[in-house]
Amino acid sequence: MSGYRSVRDLDWTLLLVAAAICALGILQIYSATHDTVWRDAWWKQVLYVATGLILLWIVTLVDYHSLLGNVPFLYVGSIVLLVVTFFAGRTVFGSRRWIPLFGGFHFQVSEFVKLVLVLLVARYLSELTAKKLESPDLLKLAGLVGLPMLLVMSQPDLGTSLTYLPILACGVFLAGLQWKHLAVILVAAVLVLPAAWFTLKDYQKARLVTFVDPAADPQGSGYQVIQSKIAVGSGGMWGKGVTHGSQTQLRFLPVPHTDFIFSAFAEEHGFVGVVVVLGLYFLLLMQIVSNAQAAPDRAGAYLCMGVAALLLFHVLVNVGMVVGRMPVTGIPLPLMSFGGSSTWSVFLMLGLVNNVRLRRFLN
Amino acid sequence: MILFPSRRRADHLTERPVFREDIKLAGHKVATMQYVVVGTFLFLLAGFWELQVRDQELYSQMADRNRIKAHPIPAPRGKILDRDGRVIVDNHSTFSVLLARENLKESHLKQIAEGLHLDYDDLQARIRRFRSRPRYEAIIIKEGLTPGELAFVEAHKDPDSFPELEIIHTQRRLYPQDGALAHVLGYVGEISENELNVPDYARYNQGDVIGKAGIERQYNDVLMGVDGQRQVIVDNRGVVRQVLGSKDAVPGKPLSLTIDLELQAVAELAMDGHRGAVVAMDPRTGEVLAVVSRPAYDPNRFAGRIRTRDWKEISENPDKPLLNRAIQGQLAPGSTFKPIVALAALESGEVDPSFQVNCGGGAVFYGRPFKCHLRGGHGHTELNRALAQSCDVYFYNLGNRIGIDTIAKYGEMAGLGKRTGIDLPYEAAGELPSTAWKIRKFRSKWYAGETISVAIGQGALTVTPLQLAAATGGLAMGGVWHRPHLVKYEGAAPPPSKAELNPDNVARVINGMYAVVNEGGTAARARIPGIELCGKTGTAQLASNEFLKSKAGQGIKDNAWFVGFAPKTNPEIVVAALFESGEHGNLAAPIARDIVKAYFDKKARRTPAPALLAERR
Repeated sequence: MSGYRSVRDLDWTLLLVAAAICALGILQIYSATHDTVWRDAWWKQVLYVATGLILLWIVTLVDYHSLLGNVPFLYVGSIVLLVVTFFAGRTVFGSRRWIPLFGGFHFQVSEFVKLVLVLLVARYLSELTAKKLESPDLLKLAGLVGLPMLLVMSQPDLGTSLTYLPILACGVFLAGLQWKHLAVILVAAVLVLPAAWFTLKDYQKARLVTFVDPAADPQGSGYQVIQSKIAVGSGGMWGKGVTHGSQTQLRFLPVPHTDFIFSAFAEEHGFVGVVVVLGLYFLLLMQIVSNAQAAPDRAGAYLCMGVAALLLFHVLVNVGMVVGRMPVTGIPLPLMSFGGSSTWSVFLMLGLVNNVRLRRFLN
Repeated sequence: MILFPSRRRADHLTERPVFREDIKLAGHKVATMQYVVVGTFLFLLAGFWELQVRDQELYSQMADRNRIKAHPIPAPRGKILDRDGRVIVDNHSTFSVLLARENLKESHLKQIAEGLHLDYDDLQARIRRFRSRPRYEAIIIKEGLTPGELAFVEAHKDPDSFPELEIIHTQRRLYPQDGALAHVLGYVGEISENELNVPDYARYNQGDVIGKAGIERQYNDVLMGVDGQRQVIVDNRGVVRQVLGSKDAVPGKPLSLTIDLELQAVAELAMDGHRGAVVAMDPRTGEVLAVVSRPAYDPNRFAGRIRTRDWKEISENPDKPLLNRAIQGQLAPGSTFKPIVALAALESGEVDPSFQVNCGGGAVFYGRPFKCHLRGGHGHTELNRALAQSCDVYFYNLGNRIGIDTIAKYGEMAGLGKRTGIDLPYEAAGELPSTAWKIRKFRSKWYAGETISVAIGQGALTVTPLQLAAATGGLAMGGVWHRPHLVKYEGAAPPPSKAELNPDNVARVINGMYAVVNEGGTAARARIPGIELCGKTGTAQLASNEFLKSKAGQGIKDNAWFVGFAPKTNPEIVVAALFESGEHGNLAAPIARDIVKAYFDKKARRTPAPALLAERR
């Protein structure tokens, strides 16, 4: 089954685009941290990207059908690990997201749950025979995605848990969401969201308030948004140059190597740089979608589309946050933000896409 | 397996792909997803377009405001020196707290106010006042930090407490203790909202410390330097990363006064515990040698930024310590006016120098009785005795003969009824009644009976102590009135106002004044052996006799005056002293005596051989 697969058959466009984004990300991490205690971050990120590429290759080795076959174990395993995280995780900034591993590394389970959910949704929907999605199946699938969402939300990590939604939404849409179901979901959302407000933590409420009106508390929770917009806007057309962005270098911009890396990039590289990088992301997503179209079966297509939806959501929320068009949620920018778990999970997903691509002539 | 649709067993999947007719996803749905991607990117790009292209200017300015801070370098004010170069007003170095308003958290203010012992409302009002200034400019919120306050700031300026605080060096005004010379020197203060709206003050900025009163105000442009500024690049914690540039402060220039600290000290001591004023000046030049006004205040409390509470306490004091009685107290001169009336009578030719009056303790004019201060009367009195003994009846007659307008003419000649033009703000003009004055002021006719009171320095006539000194000094000079001034002229002095007076007439008046002190007159106790001090006492009523007899008038006492000069010919110093509620003029004379004596003592010390001076160091 695997004899005719070779490295040559990988989606090199996709990989080159991803590598270009990673390279710009590493450059920006260097620029933002070169004179801080994080100055080692850039080469750590090089390691993460390198190991990410290896992970990508490993993922392509196993036929995605057998991965789909193991979804129950992956799913149950994920739930168990999330519960373990909840009880044994390391507390950083008031939330338990990481499980300590050997050698001082930490493992963020919720990042890899994305991958499992992509597989789960793909398998679940591809097994349906009807052309339309019936309500029992919809509810069941929503429940399956909802459980890890709740667990991650309780860490608390609202941002990451929300990234699970587009996987579900995209799958459900492609599977044939019925108008009446959509209507019911919308009505339910309208009813539940005000109630959900009261379950939010104070800092989460503040973020939403300042999203609507950043000037409400310019030194408090609105600070990040305002500083980010100043960084982006002052970058102008051509940017201030690497290591010359005042907002980034003088630390007015919060976490310029992780969540706000695109803000730092926009400041130092200007609108032109932004167009280039957003163009790269656009290419990346379109390439994934075209792989979905070329997939040998529905399961493969669902996989690719799930990955595309997830990455699009990440880009929308993170980059949107940077320009003040999305609330501050603290989710990283795929391939650019510093962080092992995030980088690896993206490469694993790109591995999935390549996995599907390598088997496109199977049938 | 409950997790998955029950129609199929999971393990089938790996064996063979699920069979379905449409193995591909519906094309239009994938296309929809592509549109969503395109839409998302357009949405994001629009955001960057807005910020980076459309509003780039705005955000660049905001970025600059973030990183560029301006720290003021306050310029020290010029010192104020006395005529011999001794320092009267100096500066001392203090620590001040700057408040950066950009990173200011309202919630911090309360604690900051407490830590710095500031009034919370004052602090808030202060920050409000600076709304119009660029926010990157930090403002001084407290000067002259105590060690405790300094420690408070040092301990709390870290990023986690009050990063908006910063300490700088400033120069603070140091005035003489106990209010000495307070009214002349004035004080400095931060420019007020009202002053900022005055065109003259347009060149000043919010927060500037300017002269508010006295010399500090009059010569503010000389004394005030130009503040410098240091522009720095700071990071988000306010740590200076780079100095962009700095403009050095230009210190204010020193100012030499005509005041003689030695005479001033004598005058201050003499006035201690009394209410009133003393002015000493050199009639040959108009140089003011000493000025005292009591009660006084401590200008050090004003130095820089006064607390609202302190300001109220001083400005609402019923004793009016802020009033400079030497130039703002307008009081009836009483008998000290008599030399001018005498001169007017002689010069006008209406009265012969040998004119005599038989004083019986009072006289009746126009149906009204007028008393002499000496109940028993002075008997036969000619000019010299009338001045020496201050016979009221004699001067009633003089006034009645020459009329109010002749009195006013010579009063005006001597500079009464108008400001002397001394280089101090808010000088009062006094009142010099005349027929024209009465029409102008009251739109009514002058009654000849009113002249009688004016002739002895009562009635509507009021003068300031400075006016009296200047007028008497010019008379002593034989009719040359120099404009009083406190700062030495740099160029040519303005020409004095002169009057063609008959030297014989002047000598007659001066002889009378000599008799006041040296020939058993009313100021015999002011006599100084070896010094020809001439003068005139005065006791001025504050109210009519009728009122004083009533119950309400019981507490009111007369004001005591003395004006004198020395020597008799070629006078060098003229002194006017006023005691409020001093009951009799001869209480004021000793002060003038002390000052005149101090003047000549000093002169004697200065003239001896250089060897002696060296010995004294």
